[in-house]
Amino acid sequence: METRELTCIRCPIGCHITVELENGEVKSITGNSCPRGEEYAASEVTHPVRTVTSLVRVNGGVRPVVSVKTAGDVPKEKMMDAVGALKSVTVDAPVSIGDIIAKDIAGTGADVVATSNVAKK
Amino acid sequence: MSEIKKDLVIIGGGPAGLAAAVSAAGEGVKDILIIERDIRLGGILNQCIHNGFGLHTFKEELTGPEYADRYIDMVRKEQIPYMLDTMVIDLSFDEKTGEKTVTAMNKTEGLFYVRARAVILAMGCRERPRGALNIPGFRPSGIYSAGTAQYYTNMEGKLPGKKVVILGSGDIGLIMARRMTYEGAKVLCVAELQPYSGGLKRNIVQCLDDFGIPLLLSHTVVDIKGKRRVEGVTIAEVDENKKPIPGTEVFYECDTLLLSCGLIPENELTDKLGAKMNPVTGGAFVNDSLETDIPGVYACGNVLHVHDLVDYVSGEAAAAGKNAADFLLGRNVQENDGSVINIKTENGVRYSVPSVVRPAQMPDTLTIRFRVGNEYRDKNLSVYLDGKQLMKLPKRIMAPGEMEQIILVKSKVGEIISGSEGKEHELIIRVEDKE
Amino acid sequence: MKDVTIIGAGVVGCAIARELSRYDLDVAVFEKEADVCEGTSKANSGIVHSGYDAKPGTLKARFNVEGNRLIHDLSKELDFPFKENGSLILALEEEGRKGIEELLERGIKNGVPGLRIVEKEELKRMEPNVSKNAVCALFAPTGGIVCPFNMTIAFAENAADNGVSFIFDAVTGIEKLEDEKGETFYRVASENGSVDTRTVVNAAGVYADVFHNMVCEKKIHITPVKGQYCLMDKTAGSYVKHTLFQLPTKSGKGILVTPTVHGNLMYGPTADEAEDPEDTSTTAEGLDTVLSKASLSVENLPRKTITSFAGLRAREDGRDFIVGEAQDAPGFFDAAGIESPGLTAAPAIGTYLAGLIAEKLNASEKKDFNPVRKGIPSIALASDEERAELIKKDPLYAKVVCRCELVTEGEIRDAIQRTLGATTVDGVKRRTRAGMGRCQTGFCLARTIPILAELLGKSTGEIEKSGHGSYYIDGEIKDTL
Repeated sequence: METRELTCIRCPIGCHITVELENGEVKSITGNSCPRGEEYAASEVTHPVRTVTSLVRVNGGVRPVVSVKTAGDVPKEKMMDAVGALKSVTVDAPVSIGDIIAKDIAGTGADVVATSNVAKK
Repeated sequence: MSEIKKDLVIIGGGPAGLAAAVSAAGEGVKDILIIERDIRLGGILNQCIHNGFGLHTFKEELTGPEYADRYIDMVRKEQIPYMLDTMVIDLSFDEKTGEKTVTAMNKTEGLFYVRARAVILAMGCRERPRGALNIPGFRPSGIYSAGTAQYYTNMEGKLPGKKVVILGSGDIGLIMARRMTYEGAKVLCVAELQPYSGGLKRNIVQCLDDFGIPLLLSHTVVDIKGKRRVEGVTIAEVDENKKPIPGTEVFYECDTLLLSCGLIPENELTDKLGAKMNPVTGGAFVNDSLETDIPGVYACGNVLHVHDLVDYVSGEAAAAGKNAADFLLGRNVQENDGSVINIKTENGVRYSVPSVVRPAQMPDTLTIRFRVGNEYRDKNLSVYLDGKQLMKLPKRIMAPGEMEQIILVKSKVGEIISGSEGKEHELIIRVEDKE
Repeated sequence: MKDVTIIGAGVVGCAIARELSRYDLDVAVFEKEADVCEGTSKANSGIVHSGYDAKPGTLKARFNVEGNRLIHDLSKELDFPFKENGSLILALEEEGRKGIEELLERGIKNGVPGLRIVEKEELKRMEPNVSKNAVCALFAPTGGIVCPFNMTIAFAENAADNGVSFIFDAVTGIEKLEDEKGETFYRVASENGSVDTRTVVNAAGVYADVFHNMVCEKKIHITPVKGQYCLMDKTAGSYVKHTLFQLPTKSGKGILVTPTVHGNLMYGPTADEAEDPEDTSTTAEGLDTVLSKASLSVENLPRKTITSFAGLRAREDGRDFIVGEAQDAPGFFDAAGIESPGLTAAPAIGTYLAGLIAEKLNASEKKDFNPVRKGIPSIALASDEERAELIKKDPLYAKVVCRCELVTEGEIRDAIQRTLGATTVDGVKRRTRAGMGRCQTGFCLARTIPILAELLGKSTGEIEKSGHGSYYIDGEIKDTL
């Protein structure tokens, strides 16, 4: 039996939730005060995901970097892999919001898209 | 010096200014000018590259630049004129004519005056600097407000440091803990003077917990080492009176100290105008129209009071834009018998925006926003009008970092005050124990 | 062979350099920091003392009163901010009256003009926020406030314009030698070289004892005394009009409350001996003392701190200035132990020492000496017409870099490109006030760094706060991933 402690982020109350797991399966969820907390805790312990936001270097732009995000969710444990994979990525200006910067970043299945516009210098 | 005339001048092209402009234009104001000091519209959102914006306004999760871009698009579609890289340096009001004069300058026009019938103040806020926090120690380089570090990182692609301690758990500080980790810096800890965080729960989990960065509540920086560049900081635990507890000092070797210890509305121009200011918010006193005590001058967004969510800023700014339009187009001029409702906040409620409501002018429903001064669990939020209880809202939690709001319904207000004597009424908002 | 080598580019060294630049002499100033005005001169009260305080007959008394007189004209000639706001020395209890009378007498002996005692009611009219406990005060109308940075920089710029060279290199040793004719000269070694010089001026502040003792048998001893200050927001700047001193009591010299010449309000200093002559750190106790003692002078002391800082004063054991040629080292001139009222005294020390040195070296006056220095135009202080005029000349005077103090890119470029221009962020700050305001560089820092980089031909990563490894930017994003 494994227990995991986490803070619910679904509302400002921030319930301290305890999840008991056995062989990766949720056995019990306690400490939450609403069903949204249970839902959050269940997905957070079995399959936690995040949107990753970072920067990519730009050639010939009015700014040296462009902001980017993963278009889909990335497994939590792959966050640093995703930003690390962006280190070697450089794009040419102009860049527009929504442009695909990198596909299937770090094997997560998520594409990385631009979230700001960078005009040509 | 050149001089131009405008119906409406909006000072600031950040989220508040843009939403106010779009709203005013939609309400029929034709002659608008947005004046922005930066070289692009969007304000601070441009450097807030994290996501979490727009859930209320657009029902989807956007990053800061994407959120700004939606409004910039609307401004372009409405063809609202704007000036970039232009600094407003003075604002004055002629009591006889009601005309406002905006003095501004930029590289192409030089110094010029704009005579305006109405003005919307949307200048935003700034961060509290180290000096205002009275942190003792040396004054080396490597001490930045979190927003300055955010600018270097997100706009310039430069790292302001590699080994970082953050003081203050405001949202920008939390966000920067994650941002700097993503960009290759090591964040040692976040120290917070209060026994609770000033930031959103989501940010604590996703910006600190996800990366194993400790949050030290009831701790502060008591010394800064390093004559040239920061070499380290000493952090100590504080007691209930926020005084450091001797013997709890721990030295952290680092090259950077980021400060995220509160935001201050940027009201130099409002002061020059002579509008009455609220010492609690650092913004102007406004009525139900978000109008300052200078007729035809409105305020919205973080220059009025510091918000946590840009979605709320947009909503407030849209209201200010509509109200300015009503003023300019002579709409909603109600017979006014001079009745006013003064809002009094007490017992844990620090302030309210607006602070005065004119029952004849107020819209059918009016949002009143406020903050509490402490963390409260399982309390009631009670609202009284002329001694009669108007609302009793059970609250699981209220915290200083989370803005609260109530909706005042005009018809209900009318019922109560029509039965009261006199023209001065009092609305009280307070925190109460549950029976 | 140099004629004169000055060690230290603080206000005293720069004032001497400026006065020496009147003469046909080869003068060099050595400074260990990256800019002038980096030591005691940058962290003090900014007060032009009237001269009632020093014991009659001392060098402090003499140079204070003379310096006070000189600063009026110099502020116009060299274009630095100065205001004669008058000083009030408060007696905060009836027993203090005697002390006030003694100060009056001492001031008269020192030749301070216009001194008089004001009683409670007049005092209240002069300073409505003065403490209710103030029973009377000594009024010194010639007391003033000055910008210590701009005063020092103005001396330095004018000296440089008139041929003095400034070398930013730390002096490490001085040797007294004799040439073939048997005349004494000095070999001044620095980190990057050495120079021979006929005379040396020791204006090394808290290090003046080190240099004096390298060549003189009669040793001197300097203790660095730390003074901590709190600077208030400009919204509190008009809380008092005069500089309010507290009458010294058994428990200490008291804390002053003063407007600054730039419109802030300032409290300080503490006075604690420091072991390390580089220890300019503030302490929690020190800052508490400043605020609690300042609150004795006025009712409801404003507490709108925008920054706090500490400076070190050079206190010599004899407690007087040491100014003049050393007895056993001909050509070695001291300006040592220059603690308060050193800022006020600096111009008088400069005139006096320059005169002695010129006489010794038999120097003649330059025909083309230019006594006038023009400061950086200030958009903040200009009228709209003047602003429009400046912008017409250079549109960058319309590009605001520091919002709090309203400083434009035109001013910042001027500060970097002029004589002895700024090479650091602090240098820009002291010359233009960019970053001196309530946000304390939060906004303008990121805009100032690229301008410095562009004009100095450096990368932004090489731009420093005050030299010597005080870098800001530490590489690019993801470098270490």
